[in-house]
Amino acid sequence: MNIHYHSYDAVIVGAGGAGLRAALETAGKVRTAVITKLYPTRSHTGAAQGGMCAALSNVEEDYWEWHAFDTVKGSDYLGDQDAIDIMCQEAIDAVIDLEHFGLPFSRTPEGKIDQRRFGGHTRNHGEAPVRRACYAADRTGHMILQTLYQQCVAADVNFFNEFQVFDVLFEGEGSARRAAGVVAYELATGDLHVFVSKGVLFATGGYGRIFQITSNAHTLTGDGPGVLFHRGIPLEDMEFYQFHPTGIYGIGILLTEGARGEGGILRNGLGERFMERVAPTVKDLAPRDMVARAIHAEIKEGRGAGPDKDYVYLDLTHLPPEQIDAKLPDISGFVRTYLGLEPKTDPIPIQPTAHYAMGGIPTNVHGEVVIDADNTVLPGLYAAGECACVSVHGANRLGTNSLLDINVFGRRGGRAMVEYVQGVDHPDLPRSVVDPTRERIDALMNSTGHEKVGAIRGELQVAMMRDASVVRTGESLQAALQVIHELRDRYQKVAIDDKGSVFNYDLTEALELGSLLDIAEVLVLGADARKESRGAHWRDDFPTRDDANWMKHTLAHRDESGAITLDYKPVVQGRYEPMERKY
Amino acid sequence: MTTTTVEHTEPTALIKEVDVHLTIKRFNPEVDVRPHWREYDLRLKSSDTVLNALIAVKGTIDGTLSFRRSCAHGVCGSDAMMINGANRLGCVNLISSVGTDLVIEPVRGLPVIKDLVVDMEPFFAQYRSVLPYLIANDDPGYKERYQSPEDRARFDDTTKCILCGACSTSCPVYWANGAYVGPAAIVNAHRFIFDSRDQAASERLDILNQKSGVWRCRTSFNCTEACPRGIKVTQAIEEVKRAILYDRS
Ligand SMILES: Cc1cc2nc3c(=O)[nH]c(=O)nc-3n(C[C@H](O)[C@H](O)[C@H](O)COP(=O)(O)OP(=O)(O)OC[C@H]3O[C@@H](n4cnc5c(N)ncnc54)[C@H](O)[C@@H]3O)c2cc1C
Ligand code: SF4
Ligand code: FES
Repeated sequence: MNIHYHSYDAVIVGAGGAGLRAALETAGKVRTAVITKLYPTRSHTGAAQGGMCAALSNVEEDYWEWHAFDTVKGSDYLGDQDAIDIMCQEAIDAVIDLEHFGLPFSRTPEGKIDQRRFGGHTRNHGEAPVRRACYAADRTGHMILQTLYQQCVAADVNFFNEFQVFDVLFEGEGSARRAAGVVAYELATGDLHVFVSKGVLFATGGYGRIFQITSNAHTLTGDGPGVLFHRGIPLEDMEFYQFHPTGIYGIGILLTEGARGEGGILRNGLGERFMERVAPTVKDLAPRDMVARAIHAEIKEGRGAGPDKDYVYLDLTHLPPEQIDAKLPDISGFVRTYLGLEPKTDPIPIQPTAHYAMGGIPTNVHGEVVIDADNTVLPGLYAAGECACVSVHGANRLGTNSLLDINVFGRRGGRAMVEYVQGVDHPDLPRSVVDPTRERIDALMNSTGHEKVGAIRGELQVAMMRDASVVRTGESLQAALQVIHELRDRYQKVAIDDKGSVFNYDLTEALELGSLLDIAEVLVLGADARKESRGAHWRDDFPTRDDANWMKHTLAHRDESGAITLDYKPVVQGRYEPMERKY
Repeated sequence: MTTTTVEHTEPTALIKEVDVHLTIKRFNPEVDVRPHWREYDLRLKSSDTVLNALIAVKGTIDGTLSFRRSCAHGVCGSDAMMINGANRLGCVNLISSVGTDLVIEPVRGLPVIKDLVVDMEPFFAQYRSVLPYLIANDDPGYKERYQSPEDRARFDDTTKCILCGACSTSCPVYWANGAYVGPAAIVNAHRFIFDSRDQAASERLDILNQKSGVWRCRTSFNCTEACPRGIKVTQAIEEVKRAILYDRS
């Protein structure tokens, strides 16, 4: 295995929306390398369908404060209100930036950026749904990813494609630590690359692959949070994981909430529009956590559809066929391809699908990583996008707020990193920094164990889906924890078939599994400790929100021995007082 | 509560277990001198995709098989491959539609690195050569540019491209001539040439008027058939040719 050394001012890990948006801020200003395990245009931002919210008021009256209110309420009062204010204000610039970059938004008859309804977004503090989501048919994420990549091509950004980061480097010890680079594995050659840099920004996306049914790509394995957690960086609010109500039954592929924004209706096996019962005002456009739980309840109470009564329907059959063709072309294609059904005439079998990580690497509003309850900054280290936790989404993210998050905080993180790296000297590291990664790889290559990556991963996904998904109890979480501990032991004996150095995905999948196990464990520990129900975290044994004891962020720390401890930090309050979440 | 009953089919009724036979073209540069075929037998569901079949081979029979994949639903462009002689994405083709006897090879026209993994660098270099980004020199100020729905519709088709390479690697001219930019690059040029906000159409048309450009196209329509996004690739190429001949000021 050859080892190469590179020197940069700034390294960005990940080339989805967040990484590319950050790169547009750093490129041309400081020497930047963007390292990505996928070609940038393969990133999962491209799968986002529905839209990106901003109070542009292009089609009806709207204010960023209304957007902020909805986001705070949607977060079940766990979102930090300073960060939410910033995001909702800067949303407007973010959309205009994208338009200037060339994004082909869907337009109104007058030629303005069109806007549509989306779950949880309302006019005047909850009065009625509002048209706030800017979109490009049901391919908004595709257009964002393509547009940002196009701009990176124009800016001649330096990409290291199909390089996978497996370690982060620091200079100094204890409170004097500062970020100093990363170690990456080159898929085409099996070589290791040490990137020494003054600033490092993680934008590695989500980790839906800890669950069996997910809308997330195979590659969303939580590498960034996994790597940092191993180096003593805490993870925040990991127990808050969003299940999207409308995943294709059995497969999990997402059918955008935009389908309900266009008038789609959820029905149980008896044909009843059950959301009328659960959220009389906004009905099918209630926030995701509520809709996912309502579906779970319909199924549990025997009102599901199908031979096993284990799904419900998304019904678009009453919509004009032209509207389905114009506004929902891609998801109609998914239904035809994977279910062999025609959405214009057949109701679509759906079930909740693991979708979005609210938790992640703790940061402040500048994208700087903060490492304790006092929000102490670790110099030179940044995170943005789904892998980060600012926290603007709190306990439950509203639809469209992630595409917004990656643009607003990708830009902020990139800018802050430029400013920082211009004022510090280059880190000085010994060549041995590569050793831990090399040893991990050698160990897997030489392992004589008999455990298979696919089997362990599959069992983890099943256990997490059964015991730690839409509805949890102390008992189910303990069961999940036990499975994770057994799987951890088995992971020590994992062996791979491929001993080669060219495109050895057998090896990279084995390394990714390590992160999946870590993240699953942190999620379950946080969920077990949190004895309340808030947003996406629902405990049947503690079914109410407990603001007196639990209006706080979880921070999970890992020490050198691998032991995990939890501590908590306060939520940043603002003008919106907590109230009961009714829609 | 409002209740309606709608007549419909249950998808689960159509799924059955099937025996699948895969013949995969393998190549490992660290051991093999030339590619060779390997055969695998599996029991799968008819609703599984070809990508699921490859994942099953890798997970249960032979972990050394290499192929790219990410989204698993046809939006990321990772897994273009030749399935029974035609370029397709593994993840959007179900066993029930392509059959249980599958012959799988890497796409043609790009160097094979290992198994189904080809070198995408030449492909992306061709893409970059057509200035695939909005070039608008006027300052729109701090507001959005307007674009009518008709102007927006003019280039809608080519915005759908996911850069999977299925079109270029199905083109006989592309196989034979490494200098041809290929259909995918032309599609991405088209996306900007016909965008009413863009001001660099003539630069792109100059690039595509060169020897490596649109005139190499022999209108074989392979690209249009191969495109998993249903883009009318040949039509886009024809529109660019016409723009070079008639529209340039
Ligand atoms: C199907 C679907 C639909 C969605 N629809 C919407 C929507 O309508 N509106 C909305 O707001 N949000 C939506 N979301 C959520 C939103 O799309 C994502 O949260 C967001 O795009 C994440 O962007 P990101 O840049 O953080 O990560 P990603 O786009 O996932 O990018 C991650 C990047 O990190 C790289 N990477 C990962 N690990 C490593 C490593 N070890 N080394 C090097 N590189 C690495 C990858 O190569 C990739 O480039 C949707 C999500 C899904 C799954
Ligand atoms: S035009 Fe179609 S086939 Fe060609 S690269 Fe784009 S999506 Fe793939
Ligand atoms: S895996 Fe993304 S297109 Fe097939």
